[in-house]
Amino acid sequence: MRLSFKNKRISGILSVLPKNEVHFSEEIGNYNFTEKQSIKLGKIMGYGTQRIADKETSVSDLCVFGMNYLFENQLLDKDSIGAVVLCTQSPDYFLPATSNVISGRLALGQDVISMDINQGCAGFEVGLMQAFMLLNTGSIDKVVLLNADVLSQKVSIKDRNSRPLVGDGATITIIENATDDKQIDMFIKMDGTGAMSLQIPAGGFKLPATKETAALTEDESGNFRSLDHLVMKGDEVFNFVQTKVPEMIHEMFDTLKIDKTYFDYYLFHQPNKFMLEKLAEKMKIPYEKMPNNICQKYGNGSSITVPLNVCENIGERALTNSYKVCFGGFGVGLTWSIIKWKLEKLDFCKIINY
Amino acid sequence: MKETIIKILTDIRPEFDFNQEQTGFIAKGLLDSFDIISIVSDMEENFDVAIDGAKILPENFDSIEAISNLIDKITPNIHEVIIQK
Repeated sequence: MRLSFKNKRISGILSVLPKNEVHFSEEIGNYNFTEKQSIKLGKIMGYGTQRIADKETSVSDLCVFGMNYLFENQLLDKDSIGAVVLCTQSPDYFLPATSNVISGRLALGQDVISMDINQGCAGFEVGLMQAFMLLNTGSIDKVVLLNADVLSQKVSIKDRNSRPLVGDGATITIIENATDDKQIDMFIKMDGTGAMSLQIPAGGFKLPATKETAALTEDESGNFRSLDHLVMKGDEVFNFVQTKVPEMIHEMFDTLKIDKTYFDYYLFHQPNKFMLEKLAEKMKIPYEKMPNNICQKYGNGSSITVPLNVCENIGERALTNSYKVCFGGFGVGLTWSIIKWKLEKLDFCKIINY
Repeated sequence: MKETIIKILTDIRPEFDFNQEQTGFIAKGLLDSFDIISIVSDMEENFDVAIDGAKILPENFDSIEAISNLIDKITPNIHEVIIQK
């Protein structure tokens, strides 16, 4: 599916990260593997430092903290907000929607639309799509896109395949109507036949969480997790990314009659170091054009990785320069999407600690 | 090349005897997807090749022969590369 939009701009991005750091080297003893094996895999995968929220911190806490920072520093006028779109897979509650909770805590007006989206690694792109559609109504001039997750709570500390990768945090992206008439091209696909490749089996209505679902069991590789924990079919997910994402990028190049040299940056979701290196190799994209440092430095925070990528790797330069960027997200769903975007000068682009 | 592959596999999964177990690595649970990633990294280093991400499939790592075939397909002259090394 190709979608085109016009007259939209991102005016600012703020990343909010829990200040608590967890280091892979300190958790090696939790895993059912030799230290040598874990260190070797860690180097390949980019296991390093993760930002992990404490168990009392919820998605709404991170988002409210970041929004108040923007209000207090006159970076965002509360009265200018027309809609709040939250993309998360770790909501505060089944109901109400966490975006409603956030709107209430921030005392946003009753004319502000709040809505949650359940998406993960492509959640930034899906969130932008929703924001564009809201802006196209003509009644809304500014959308706040919140991407936030605290999924570390749903990953077993004895699962060496997932625990060293996960990260928590939130990003706040402001999307506004613009008058520059530049076209934004978005490519997006979803394949529900692969929906169970990445999942948390228990805790929903299909399989409610019980004492039984909380029991840790050892998988064939030696990792311990319960049905309440996140699990992925690593080989299926890896192959999906290595085949479907390059196909989509080539589709974009062919459709828009551009080539890989067009973009200044490929700002992609960063599931792990190895997967992104392989993607860059396959596409013959220089590593410096496809930053690959988020997972090692902060952990994989699901839908926050792309906007965090902008804050980390472009940062203050985004305040004075514009860049041609390709946003890319891929993962749970299965969902994958890329967006051709001209990132014009931003009003703010930074990372703060919670 | 077979000896190098066995050495790589043994380094990653020392609890198994890959001189005896040469097939059915995935079905028997000798290797998982994260082991495969380690194998790819070691093979790229040892054989001086770059393995296409789309080829990183369980079936290409299910036996010594499958791994050997994968390397051969990437670099037809791989045996010379090994000798030169």
